[in-house]
Amino acid sequence: MATKALAADPYNLIITGVGGQGNVLASKLIGNMLADQGYYITIGETFGASQRGGSVMSHLRISSDSIQSPQIPKGKAHMVVALEPTEALRVLKEYGNPDVKVITNTRAVYSVGVVCGDDAYPSMDELRGWMDKLTAGAWFIDATDEAVKLGTAILGNVLLVGALAAIGDLPLGRDRFSEVMARTMPAGKVDINLSAFDKGLAVVSASSNNQSV
Amino acid sequence: MKTICDGRSGDTRLMQGNEAFARGALEAGLSVVAGYPGTPSSEIVENLAKASTVRDIYVEWSVNEKVAMEVAAAASFAGLRSAAVMKQVGVNVASDFMLHLAESGTRGGMILISCEDPGALSSGNEGESRPFAKLFELPLLEPCDMQEAKDMTKWAFELSEEIRNLVMIRSVTRLSHASGNVTLGSLPEIEPEARYKHWGTPIDPEEGPITTFPVHYKHAQMQQKLKQAVTRFEESPFNTYEGPENPEVIIVTSSACTLYSREAIRLLGVADRVGLLKLGTTWPLPPRLMETHLAKADVIFTVEEVLPFLEDSVKILAAEISDRIGVKKFHGRSDGTLPTINELNPDLVAEGLAKILGMTYQAVDPTYTALADEATATDAPERDLAFCAGCPHRASFWSIHNALEMDGRQGFVCGDIGCYTLAFLPTGFSTLKTGHAMGSGTGIASGFGKLDRFGMDQPVLSVCGDSTFFHAVMPALVNAIHNRADMTLVVLDNSGTAMTGFQPHPGRPSDAAGNEVPALDIAKIVRAMGAHVEESDPFDVDATRHKVLELLQKGGVNVLILKQSCALCPEKKGKKLFQVDLDASVCFGENCGCNKLCTRVFKCPGLQWDPEAKAARIDEVICSGCGVCASICPSGAITKKEVA
Repeated sequence: MATKALAADPYNLIITGVGGQGNVLASKLIGNMLADQGYYITIGETFGASQRGGSVMSHLRISSDSIQSPQIPKGKAHMVVALEPTEALRVLKEYGNPDVKVITNTRAVYSVGVVCGDDAYPSMDELRGWMDKLTAGAWFIDATDEAVKLGTAILGNVLLVGALAAIGDLPLGRDRFSEVMARTMPAGKVDINLSAFDKGLAVVSASSNNQSV
Repeated sequence: MKTICDGRSGDTRLMQGNEAFARGALEAGLSVVAGYPGTPSSEIVENLAKASTVRDIYVEWSVNEKVAMEVAAAASFAGLRSAAVMKQVGVNVASDFMLHLAESGTRGGMILISCEDPGALSSGNEGESRPFAKLFELPLLEPCDMQEAKDMTKWAFELSEEIRNLVMIRSVTRLSHASGNVTLGSLPEIEPEARYKHWGTPIDPEEGPITTFPVHYKHAQMQQKLKQAVTRFEESPFNTYEGPENPEVIIVTSSACTLYSREAIRLLGVADRVGLLKLGTTWPLPPRLMETHLAKADVIFTVEEVLPFLEDSVKILAAEISDRIGVKKFHGRSDGTLPTINELNPDLVAEGLAKILGMTYQAVDPTYTALADEATATDAPERDLAFCAGCPHRASFWSIHNALEMDGRQGFVCGDIGCYTLAFLPTGFSTLKTGHAMGSGTGIASGFGKLDRFGMDQPVLSVCGDSTFFHAVMPALVNAIHNRADMTLVVLDNSGTAMTGFQPHPGRPSDAAGNEVPALDIAKIVRAMGAHVEESDPFDVDATRHKVLELLQKGGVNVLILKQSCALCPEKKGKKLFQVDLDASVCFGENCGCNKLCTRVFKCPGLQWDPEAKAARIDEVICSGCGVCASICPSGAITKKEVA
């Protein structure tokens, strides 16, 4: 199948968060939307002990000609989608570069160290400051809050997939999304996921870079 | 995709490596699969269990890996195609039988899939199973991506049937848990008929009894079979070379390292200087193929995980044919071109290759790295691993830890493998003091429990999970009882093999495919063995602590069963036992109070310290409603109310 030229080939996308936030599902969803269009997709996952409070990370590599290493080389991410904002920083340390873009949820998930008062969690202003210095563009999205409005916090991941689609680096059209949903989700859950995707599309389309949306 | 049976021949699907292994087995006409759960292998059996709802295959979660291999071997002896699936450490468990099986040979195609974890991403070690292939004189295959995972699995069955011996496939986390495009083959319509033909002589491979006797005859046969496999390897499409005809350096690699090596060549832009010999058949090496490619360059760089297994084989072969290929310079894990431990990635391979070529490789501008390091150090607090909110292990270790403190004789707990291994960390109050293989805590406790004659007066406990109890603890407990050791085993029964995803075990009432099966009762078993048995609900921390303390002061072998389901198990997830509330005006976390006992020491993620209010609070989203914190709060600020 002929594929459209990518912004970069391979295009390196990292999805990060904390165990249980739906990282793996988001990476599968995006992977399927692109594989359906004939791209070679490689997804590397780091999970296992993830449900026990750890950081999780999916490496997605999109190419028009071949399977890639399931680990992205250091400093070579084009886009980071973070379900938790401090996880975005952690990923930038390993995989960031001055041209990287970041889409991040604003909702914090506290580590045990923060919960018990040993560590301090940064303010959103501090995080925004780092993103200014470390990225070529960052979108702060209240994905969890918006998802709660739609009925459940777990839709935050799908909302961020919608936001990623709106940025336009990757061909993630709404029709592709609904096709994959129809194939992989129980019928009763398709509409609510579509609403979350649309909400993500809408918040980014209405904003400009480095804005809280 | 609902099951791995979906999809027609020629369809391309995004598949996880483990799904691809399972699909490959189905395309080969697999009838029986048996395994024991372990990351990163579990999804292979799980996917086949799902497939068993639409295809007539038998899928078993066995009691341990040795039995799994025996169950799969029986199917092979009866003429069916079968697979045994496990993580690397399981191959150690199965290895005694595996040696004998390799020598007796098989009938229906039989494969072993060993999934390893270089880097110990979800393991307690970086162990390897590749040396077993050499030790037991068996062919070894290593796929490099998801397509090969499927295709090589199918081919492995054909090879096994041709040579009438077990064929071993080795995967790694970065392959088993990675996903990629896979073009499907067709699923055969088969009507397998199981019959064990045992009426011939012991040397009749078709109809004789299957044993290792006569030993020398069978051993010679086994070596003959391996030679036969090598002739297939010489022609195998899974061994490929890419690169110039006369490269400066040849990379010899296999498995996921193939993809890292390819990427490293691209990162350095040296495709015109470096060749890549990718091997799918890694033991024994096909000598003619190796000679053709090794002759191309004077410098050989072997890229593999983790030990220099392939590198050693290449060196031996190169020495044997040095008169024809010349003297080589070798780089790899042995000489430190690559680190001697841990998994690899494209950067490590690029750095190694750059060193060999006299180049330097820098992934990112150091000023960016310095800034990102600062950002992380100041504003991305570390996420230490912790038991989940409402995890029964936190409550169990709270009671065990406090009982040991009250006992005051420097008693300790010997652990093994499961979520409860985290009790080494503050989340389990640093209660575990030894940690090794499945069931080892109890064997070690049995040994400690005999050292009183040498003056040891510390009480000894061991812990194990319910699945581990059946897997490897039972013989250790028998040993302790028979040899009159003094020890207490605490069974942390959370109703399933929780860490790997709630696979059933012999204590559960359903099997891999969801069929009803008899559940074995741990309390009855240990009572019948002759241990003194107590049971308690770990969420009742006062009663549990009291029981542990009592058992610590009692001689002989005691077993305490702490039964409470995992907070994440499907029956429990999202349902609260109690509504838990905290009255900030009663909380004395600071000043002369409890010094934040609940958040600083008990450390349930559902409890948060609010520095402004100078009081703890409950995070309603994270709290799972176990109610344990209400029992530990000394000022009574936390209350629990049963949820109707």
